Amino acid sequence: MTAHDVVFVLVGLLTAGAAVLTVTSKNLMHAALYLAVTLGGIGGVFLVLAADFLALVQLLVYVGAVAVLFLFGLMLTRAPIGREALDGENRGLAIAVSGGLFVVLSTLIIGAFAGESTAEVTGPRIEDLGIAIFAEWVLPFEVLSMLLLAALIGAIVLARRESGESGEGNTISHIELSEGAEQAELEGPPAELPSGSRVGEERP
Amino acid sequence: MSLLGPLLLATFLFCVGVYGVIARRNAVLVLMSVELMLNAVNINLVAFQNLLFPTDDAASGQMFALFVIGVAAAEVGVGLAIVFNMFRNRASVDVDDADLMRW
Repeated sequence: MTAHDVVFVLVGLLTAGAAVLTVTSKNLMHAALYLAVTLGGIGGVFLVLAADFLALVQLLVYVGAVAVLFLFGLMLTRAPIGREALDGENRGLAIAVSGGLFVVLSTLIIGAFAGESTAEVTGPRIEDLGIAIFAEWVLPFEVLSMLLLAALIGAIVLARRESGESGEGNTISHIELSEGAEQAELEGPPAELPSGSRVGEERP
Repeated sequence: MSLLGPLLLATFLFCVGVYGVIARRNAVLVLMSVELMLNAVNINLVAFQNLLFPTDDAASGQMFALFVIGVAAAEVGVGLAIVFNMFRNRASVDVDDADLMRW
């Protein structure tokens, strides 16, 4: 039991507790904030594992950006509060599947890696990481940047209002909820409506 | 430092994420659980890199973790855009309501 192990156990307990609270919390906002704590704790785990650069990236990307994105998502979609509204009827199935998976995986891991331990924790320095990115991993790096660009454009296209300034001539598609789920009708705007008063759009 | 600690923590976080994906009904909460699972895999990658192969010149484990972080960010962006679209069309973010393509 070295000092590394003690610090790791503390950070790991914090992370695991926050993760459990993330998936069991009744309040949506609390769930998102517990998720931020979990992701920050995972950054702490990276620090204990001597991966400084990844810990900083984790803080920047997850705690800084993704958690805020989730908070925005929860605020923009007004969802009902309460466990009955949040959890489906298959909680028992979920507990069975995840518990069984945990038992199987941890048995395998303990059987395979029980004896492994290192005296000191070291990792590549940040300059080595930079050289590795632009020497060994330059093609995946560029592919990832293209993927991020495509995701950015795709997210804008998906979340854009269909009849905005730039979508002037678009037909409005909406789904009739009262007709039953299998009757998905795609309709254009009614012909007698003047073009200044589109459905769901307020114009001066 | 023992290798078992990070691996078991990662397993636990992954299983918590699986529980969240199955049990939650709000689509945003399902996306949050998916994030938990991706992060659990990152812990595994970093632990294998720094505890078993610390002298690897290509730093494969940490590079993979970085790429997973990037792909996860893209996934969150597109996923939340889809959830917003669903909320606008159906006034609900319940994944049980998104059954238009159910056979």
